[in-house]
Order: sequence, then structure tokens, then C-alpha cells
Amino acid sequence: MADTAVQRVEGAGISGQRGFLRKTFVHNLPAKIAALPMIATVLIVFVGCTVWTIYYSFTNSKLLPTGKFVGFEQYERLFGTSRWNVSVTNLISYGAMSLVFTLVLGFLLAVLMDQKIRFESAFRTIMLYPFALSFIVTGLVWQWIMNPTLGLQTTIRNLGWTGFSFDWIANPRMVLFALLIAGLWQGVGFCMVLMLAGLRGVDDEIWKAARVDGIPTWRTYISIVLPMMRGVLVTAVVLIGSGIVRLYDLVVALTNGGPGISSEVPAKYVYNYMFSGGNIGQGLAAASMMLLTVVIIMIPWAYLEFGGKGRQS
Amino acid sequence: MKKFAVVAAMATALLGSTAVMAADLEVTHWWTSAGEAAAVAEFARVFEEQTGNHWVDSALAGSGTGANPVIISRIIGGDPMGATQMNTGRDAEELIQAGLIRDLTPIVEEMGGLDFYVDQSLLAPCTYDGKIYCFPVNIHSWDWLWLSTKAYETIGQPVPKDWNEYVASWPALEEAGILPFGLATGWPFSGIPGVLMSGLGGSDLVLAINRDKSADAVRGPEFRKVAEALDHLRSVISPDMMVPSFGDVGNQLLEGTAAGNIHGDWLQGDLQVAGGVPGVDYECLPALGLGDQLTGGGDSFYFPVLPEGTDPAVIQAQTDLAKILISPEAQLAFNLKKGSMPIRTDIDLSGANACMAKALKLLDNGLLPSGDFALSSDTQQQMQDLNTEFLDDDSITVDDYIERYASIIESAE
Repeated sequence: MADTAVQRVEGAGISGQRGFLRKTFVHNLPAKIAALPMIATVLIVFVGCTVWTIYYSFTNSKLLPTGKFVGFEQYERLFGTSRWNVSVTNLISYGAMSLVFTLVLGFLLAVLMDQKIRFESAFRTIMLYPFALSFIVTGLVWQWIMNPTLGLQTTIRNLGWTGFSFDWIANPRMVLFALLIAGLWQGVGFCMVLMLAGLRGVDDEIWKAARVDGIPTWRTYISIVLPMMRGVLVTAVVLIGSGIVRLYDLVVALTNGGPGISSEVPAKYVYNYMFSGGNIGQGLAAASMMLLTVVIIMIPWAYLEFGGKGRQS
Repeated sequence: MKKFAVVAAMATALLGSTAVMAADLEVTHWWTSAGEAAAVAEFARVFEEQTGNHWVDSALAGSGTGANPVIISRIIGGDPMGATQMNTGRDAEELIQAGLIRDLTPIVEEMGGLDFYVDQSLLAPCTYDGKIYCFPVNIHSWDWLWLSTKAYETIGQPVPKDWNEYVASWPALEEAGILPFGLATGWPFSGIPGVLMSGLGGSDLVLAINRDKSADAVRGPEFRKVAEALDHLRSVISPDMMVPSFGDVGNQLLEGTAAGNIHGDWLQGDLQVAGGVPGVDYECLPALGLGDQLTGGGDSFYFPVLPEGTDPAVIQAQTDLAKILISPEAQLAFNLKKGSMPIRTDIDLSGANACMAKALKLLDNGLLPSGDFALSSDTQQQMQDLNTEFLDDDSITVDDYIERYASIIESAE
């Protein structure tokens, strides 16, 4: 009796394992074969290169990745460099402002668009147009507009308002806002279109119900519609966030890090030390720090998003 | 199908025959401005005339900071060009160590040595383990103070003869609404400390810092003078008066809206293209009018090792080009257009203008190693960061500057 019971339990264990293997490898085989190239890409390109990057950030490699292991030396130098520290501070302030303003302005514009206005598609095209331009073009255009001796400031002064001043691009304290203007001009339209799609996804019945209950329109937007757009919001935050971390081309085109080092960003530091500075170790150490920042932000979010749901179901 | 085979056979026959007659040699460089392109065309002309080979010109935009990485990654990536300009300095040392650059020693032996180089120190960055890996084709120097004749006419003063007179004229210039010092944004500022170092600090200081990497020399009284001069200089520069490129500063000088500028000799190319005449529209003071030696660096050509199976004619073309670049005929034609100094003075330089003649006189005293000659590009990048920050941020005092400069030199290899 006892023997059979033990046997049955063992049998169940084996068949369960087999079932697991079957489920993992054999079930829906064509789909798994089709996914192999992508899996290989992820493992080799993304994971492999990340590991490579982190490994060589602990070496004293110069132009070629051939250096000796030197521990945290590159990181010590990194955090002793004022240019890097300024870069990080800049990215944090720019990132916070950019995230908030893009979301708020994008949502407001989307709400305005949603009021059944005339020529909606024309407005939508106009708003989305800057997004079709690369950051390099955006940067150059705004560089000319904001250049104190050639652009807006001189134009207005020549028109007679001699006291007019708009020299943000040459002013170390204001240059981040100059970047922000160009960045928002480029990115808000896209955020607006995302939000508009989200708004359109809200059922008309809900609006009718809210109207019957006498809830004011603004209240409906904030308390009912916005929470229903959670998916769109997450998408928007992820897209804006990744745009912020890799901020590089806009800075190169608009200010090239100046005046002085007041608009430097981490990605530019990485590029300068890897390529023109010929110091791969230093560049990779900086790149690893950028990765770490992203990981620190992503892990709690991923845990909330996926971990929580897994336990519920 | 038959037709295709015939065409293919004809095509291969054609390719084969041209390869026998003349080899194509791809040459990369970043000489893209009007004067520079004209100078490079002289090299191509002499090369094609003398060997019958074909010079395939691959000009890359972005100068030393933009094009150099492209060139290096092409060599590392296994797609080497036939010959390339590359920054002299220690950039290429690792490529040489990795065996990617052709050893030119046999060619040198065939020519019977390189004694004709005006200063043997030019060859130092090309030499590795006693072998020669590149040929400098000209001498460039940062050590020039350019002055606007027109600006000094406006304030009714004679054009200064040296740096001290120039500094003394700043208040009068500012009163007249003229910029004492025109400056372009970005990298041009980072060349200035080196010029002040050789002009004000003297040859010994340059050697102690750039060659011997002595941090004590940086902390010494001579370097303090340099740092103080730089501090004084930044007080007359304001970020909103800066122009986008160094060529624009040339225009400011010719117009008389800026009185002076420190910039390398390549600025003269732009001044001449804009119609300026040395001695009439602008004055030049090599070594700030104080020193008797110039710091110099050169543009050099490297010849990457070509992959196995390359047509021997191409390798022969490489050899030919190496010899031609430093031949008297090509040197003369190239440098007269480029505005730089030739690497050999056994040629007829009567075509040189007034500024170049001044420089050639100083060249007889020997060259000093400039920063981009003696320091690794990593160190140069750190210096550039420091200088850019110093220019903009008045809260960095002279003492801070000296201390940070010293610590960069300390960590330099």
C-alpha cells in the first residue's frame, strides 16, 4: 500500500517533468523555431555586448580593448571628473522637466484636439510634423533661431525693442531650458498623438454616463478617462524615458555641450572618450553607469507591472 | 545566358587589363576646406603624373575629431584604405602594436635615410621600436597671434609687436567697441593654453610639461604666469560674442570687429581665401612675438597593411606614394597651397608669404613638442574639458586650474 503510494507520487513527478519539457520545447514547435533568430540576437547582441561592455569597463583599455584588469580605477576617475558629474546632473534635470512637460502638454493638446474641432487632421499633421525631423535638424534649426547675434534676439532688437534679450543658448544657467524648448518642440506632437489615440479608445457610453451624473468635463478627464488610459501612459513614459537617456544628437547639434560644459550629457561623454579620446575603458565605465541608471529605474517598474500580476492570477 | 557569359568574360578581361596598367589607391584624409582641398589635389596630381596610378580620393568630413575615429574603425574593422592621413601623436601606436600599419623602414633604407627632415623630432611619433610607420608631410603650429590692422587703425594705435603690447591695448579696444579677442565656440579655445605656455613660459616649460610630464613644473611660477594670462584672457571673452567657426573669426579680423586671435597657421588659409594680405590687412606674430621657438605637430600619412591577396600593383602604388609625399616637388606644391611649413627646407621657398617666411626663420631653432604631439588623445580630451570649463566658469580660480592641470599631467602616460 505504502509502496504503491510512493510509486504513484514518483510517477507523477516524472510525468510532470516530462510535461514541462514537452511544453517548453515541443509544444507549438514552429513558433519556437521562428523565434530562434530573435532569441539568438537578444542573447548575443544585447546580453553578450552588455557583458562585454561591463567587463572592459574594469580594464585600462585605450584605443583597442586589450587592457589589463584594473578594478574600479575607471569608475574612480569617472566620478572625480567634473564634466561627468555635470553631465549626470544635467540629464536628471533635463529628464525630469522633459518627462513632465511632454506628458502634460501632450495630454492637454490631445484633449483640445478631442473637442471635435474643424480641420482636426490638418492640426494633427502640423503638430506631428516636427517629429518627422531628426534631432540633428531640430538642433540646427533652433541653434539658428536662438543664436543671440543671428537669430530671434537680433531680429526683435532690429525691429525696435532694443531691450529684448533671449540669450539662453549662450547662458550657462539657461541653456538647459534652450535644450528643453527644442526637445519639447520635437517630441510633444508624438506624445499628443499617442494620448489622442488613448482618448479615442474610451467608450462614448462612459462619457454619457458621466454627463448624466453631472460630473464636470475636467473632472471626467482627470478621474475617469486618465486612469483608463494607463496602457497608453505607460507606453508614452517608456518612449519618452528612453529618448531622455540616450539624449545626444540634440545636444551635439544645438550647443555641443556649451557654453563651457554646462549642457554636457552622459552619452556625449561616452562618445568623446571612446572615439576622440581613445580611452575605451573610461567610455565603457560611463556607459555601464548609464545602464545601471536604467536598470535601477526599470526593475521596480517591471516588478510592479509583471511580478504583481503573476501572483494575482 | 550565353550573352551574359560573354559580357562577364569581357568585364573580367577589362578589369584585369586595367589592374595591370594602373592601380587604384584609396586615400582618406580630412582636408575638405577650399584651400586644403586644393593642396591635396597637388599630391594627387604629382602621384598620378609620376606613376600613372590612380588616386581615389576619399575625403572625410569632421576633421581630426570626426574623421580620425572613422579611419581608425575602418582599419580595425578589416577594411583598410591604401593610405590615410591620421593624427600624429600617440593615437596610432596601438594600431602599430596590433600589426595593422605597414612598416616603412625598408622604404626609408632604400631612400638612404630621412636626414632631410628639418627637425628629426617630427619623426618621433612615427617611430616605434626603431622602425618608421608614418611620414609627416607638413608642420603645423598653433603658436600664432593674428592681429587686425583695421581694428588698430580705428583706435589710432600702432599694431602691437608682441603679446604684452597686445594685452595693454585691450582697454582702448573695448572702449571703441571692438572685441579684443575674437573666438569661435568649441575646440579653438583649447589650443590657446599651449600657445601661451610656449610664448610666456618659454621652451623649458614646454619641454618639462609636454615631454617630461612634470607636475612640479605645472605648479611652478612659470606656469602660473600662463594660467594668469589665460585668466586675464577669459575676462575679455563673453560666450554670447562667440562665433560658430574659426573661419568667422578670420572675417572679424579682416572687418576690424575683433582685434586679435590666437589660432593655428591654418587660419591663414581662410584669411587668404577671404582676400586678406599679410602685412596689410592682418599681422601675424609667431610665438606671440616673444619666443624664439615654435611648438609644432604634423599631419602624417600612414599606410595600413593591406589584406592578403591584394594585387601587388596596389602595394607597389603604396610604396610609390610614400616616397612621393615627401619628395621635394610634392612638398613644395602642397605646402604653398596649404599654408603650412614643409618638412624639408632644401627646396625653393621664394613663393612663401611674409608670415610663412617668419615661421621658417624660427624653424631653424628647432621645434618644441606641442601637446597634440606628445600627449595621448585621452589626456588631450581631459585638457580640452578642463579648458572649456575654465573659460566658461569664473568660479574656477587660477589655483584650481593649476591644480587640475597638474593632476591631469600626473596621470598622463
